[in-house]
Amino acid sequence: MIPTQYYLFLGTALFTIGVIGVLTRRNVIVILMSIELILNAVNINLVAFSRNFQAVDGQVFAIFVITDAAAEAAVGLGLIIALFRNKETVNADEIDLLKW
Amino acid sequence: MLAQIAFFFLSAVALVSAVMVITRRNAVHSIIWLIVTLFSVGGVFLTLHAEFLFAVQVILYVGGIMVLFLFVVMLVNLDVSLKQAQFSRQWLVALVTALVLMAELAYGIYRGHTGFALAEASAAPVSAGNTQAVGLALYQDYMLAVEIASILLLVAMVGAVIMAKRKIE
Repeated sequence: MIPTQYYLFLGTALFTIGVIGVLTRRNVIVILMSIELILNAVNINLVAFSRNFQAVDGQVFAIFVITDAAAEAAVGLGLIIALFRNKETVNADEIDLLKW
Repeated sequence: MLAQIAFFFLSAVALVSAVMVITRRNAVHSIIWLIVTLFSVGGVFLTLHAEFLFAVQVILYVGGIMVLFLFVVMLVNLDVSLKQAQFSRQWLVALVTALVLMAELAYGIYRGHTGFALAEASAAPVSAGNTQAVGLALYQDYMLAVEIASILLLVAMVGAVIMAKRKIE
């Protein structure tokens, strides 16, 4: 029997790897993938608490998180295509039009 | 015992492949490693007796979203960025900040496991028929949320088409 705590530690580690990816990488596609990692860490926590409290609501929320991830991926990848068409780059630090 | 071995194996695979995702130079390799991560997270769902979520994870994430990522990588020319620096200039500060964040979260979970009532988790699944229970919750208690999610997907679909359109008249 695995304690819920272990799942929370796994979620924390996965979340941190995602945050590191978002903050350090330059490639926008890899940044989007890191956001998927973060959402998966959240899902692990939700399902772990769903078992902990013996309620199915956590799993339902995880399904909504996956729905959000699908919507975010669709819009984000559309943005990347539009961006590449206009600026010929996928590096996040070269997109500085609003930087003062 | 078997469940513990499965959990630790899946966790190790998930974490190692997640690190590979954020360190690979080639975006296609990152996507392949992300698929490995998503499969092992699905396995973690199985150890939690969330069978329906495992199916959703495989079908929607691995089958849907990852194919979308692969298509965009094919559409975008990455040859130039392959030869450039992969990490931004702030990477050291970002790494230290993220590790401090992880230490704080882990310390909070370690100290607070009695307060969160995490001690007594039963081995039994949440409900006998997992898919049936999730379906009943989705279409009875969360009916409005399901409708809102469907509107969100519609908006995202329209938005993606508008974004990727060649010219807007």
